Amino acid sequence: MRYKSKILHSGAEKDPYTGASSIPIYQTSTFAQDDPVKFGKYEYARGSNPTRDALEETIAVLEGGEKGSAFSSGMAAISSVFMLFKPGDHIVVGEDVYGGTYRVLTTIFKQWQLQSTFVDSTDIDAINSAIKPETKAIYVETPSNPVLKITDLKAVASLAKEKGLFAITDNTFMTPYLQRPIELGFDIVIHSATKFLGGHSDLIAGLTVAAYKELGDKLSFIQRAFGAILGPQDSWLVLRGIKTLSARMDIQQKSAENIANWLKEQEGIKDVYYPTLQGHRGRETHLKQASGGGAVVSFELESEELTLEFLKSVKLMLLAVSLGGVESILSYPATMSHAAMPEKERQRRGISNSLVRLSVGLEDPEDLKEDIYQALKNIL
Amino acid sequence: MAKLDTLLAQAGSWWDEKTGAVSMPIYQTATFKHPALGQSTGYDYSRSGNPTRQVLEELMAKIEGGCRGFAFSSGLAAIDCVLQLFKAGDTILFSEDLYGGTYRLMEKLYSDRGVRAVYTDTSDVKNVEVLMNNQVKAIFIETPTNPLLKCADISSISKLAKKYGALTIVDNTFLTPYLQKPFDFGADITVYSATKYLAGHNDVLAGIAVVKSPEIAEKIYFYQNAIGAVLSPFDSWLVLRGLKTLSIRLQKQQANAKKVATYLRSHDSVKRVYYPGVGAMISFEVESLSVVKQVLERVKVFMFAESLGGVESLITFPKVQTHADIAEAVLERLGINERLLRISVGIEDVDDLIEDLETALG
Repeated sequence: MRYKSKILHSGAEKDPYTGASSIPIYQTSTFAQDDPVKFGKYEYARGSNPTRDALEETIAVLEGGEKGSAFSSGMAAISSVFMLFKPGDHIVVGEDVYGGTYRVLTTIFKQWQLQSTFVDSTDIDAINSAIKPETKAIYVETPSNPVLKITDLKAVASLAKEKGLFAITDNTFMTPYLQRPIELGFDIVIHSATKFLGGHSDLIAGLTVAAYKELGDKLSFIQRAFGAILGPQDSWLVLRGIKTLSARMDIQQKSAENIANWLKEQEGIKDVYYPTLQGHRGRETHLKQASGGGAVVSFELESEELTLEFLKSVKLMLLAVSLGGVESILSYPATMSHAAMPEKERQRRGISNSLVRLSVGLEDPEDLKEDIYQALKNIL
Repeated sequence: MAKLDTLLAQAGSWWDEKTGAVSMPIYQTATFKHPALGQSTGYDYSRSGNPTRQVLEELMAKIEGGCRGFAFSSGLAAIDCVLQLFKAGDTILFSEDLYGGTYRLMEKLYSDRGVRAVYTDTSDVKNVEVLMNNQVKAIFIETPTNPLLKCADISSISKLAKKYGALTIVDNTFLTPYLQKPFDFGADITVYSATKYLAGHNDVLAGIAVVKSPEIAEKIYFYQNAIGAVLSPFDSWLVLRGLKTLSIRLQKQQANAKKVATYLRSHDSVKRVYYPGVGAMISFEVESLSVVKQVLERVKVFMFAESLGGVESLITFPKVQTHADIAEAVLERLGINERLLRISVGIEDVDDLIEDLETALG
């Protein structure tokens, strides 16, 4: 089956009991049992729930992994993955990871003595030299948030394999429709399903997919024991979102590419970051491992002052945290997605105070360009 | 301030000034549009704060008499978030017949991190007193306990904790603020599986933590937002909806439970009945595993399922269901054996419940 069809027919798309083409929302906490010692497939909904199961099976199929798990937020998924490690363990982390990931590692998990070293993951040698005897995993995001730096997934996976480490990636920006890290040798893929998978800016959810069952079982144990599970209603909403994943992504990506190319020509724009843009660093690597550039474009204006004015002048695009929805969302990483990162660390990563991130939605791209154009005219 | 029943009945009813909606709107949104850069409506991203969840959190703080409430994706997620307050080298004293999930969290996750759990019978404060030292940073009790329904004296435990600078944490799932308000007796933090009585319909998984001091509230908020095990807007709304009938449900459930307990005490094949006289949870011991099997096979009104606190009566076999993660020898010593059954009494007609038990016990 071709991938676009697989998105709609992963095997978990219909209710096995009634044939309903939309999985019922099993809004239940517990399941009545027939036998006192031999329990049925479902016992207590924290352990598993049929609606959540359908989502977990779907994402596992789409990522080409063995087992999926759904969590109450992307951060709950990420935190649950970090719970695989023990005090004293060490992980090498791409320095451009999401601000919330940086925060949880440098505060809560640091307190639990999980050590992390942040390196430029676009440089495989930098990753390699950060590996210590206690290192257990390499954790990367590509394209990174928000400057869309490209990390070579295959190179990371083979380094991890060589050193006996887990290779973990947050695939939120690409989704499995565009990039499937497990096929490139990764062990765990994570998503903030709030973004492109849910796709409607209407829910908070996180997913993990393990490449093999044993690892998936460990994550299921953590999910059950720690209890940061996704509710049935939201599981259903993510499933509903996934049905239109390819249609949304195709359009959003086309518009993003169009806008990125157009932005390059605009006066007042200093730099444009988009993975498939001619001249974007890592473009060739990205094209080897992903089938498109995605729908996030970041760009830099001339100064902080002009950037703030620009953000005040846009009319159509929502100014908000988050991305990946059908509505275009403009955000200011310095005070929004990366506010949890100290200014010095942020600046060092190229996340300057004149950087703007645009998540391109389903609006007509001409309307979006007009909105940017009028805002630029207003400030220049 | 309005009394408990009034606060419950009108949960969320005064929030929506724009439309006057009497039922709290479900803010099914991930993010919030900023009016302008540097300005916020007070809501930025739903993990950090969502109006529907917030109304639930505020209501819980109010009815508990705490300063701030927090809603999580499950009771265990709430407990985990509270446990983040502790560090390697700290000791926490727990009630020994503790919910199996809390025990598992300590033994499988927190012990690796160097947080030590010590379990004791907290129904006698003297047992707690002998274990106190400067490493003990908290006393975490369930009262009544699950499943043996032993009661602890919150007041003397919290006094003892204070003497050592430790926190008193009460898992108040079984009684809810309607029947017991731990802050009135000196507790610092309460936690709930809101899946149970607070929501009350066996239809949602949720957890709540309420704290008394602003300093602890700030820490818990940081952990809630950073880890992200938050309750969704829809499930927050379901808990709010459940809370509206909390007092009438519990009144009826408690009245039913008293009658069921009396009946069980009079039954020849019931060896022992555990019921503290308050709440709607009863545990009882029968003669043998074969009687347990017979009861579980024969019940027609009671549903054989894990969980409790809903309008429907449930019967549970703690040893293999709720407490399966606790070591066999410990269970046996505590009395959580293969002859013990636990029932959560619902709001059905009590005569149907008694008849059902009569048939099942034979």
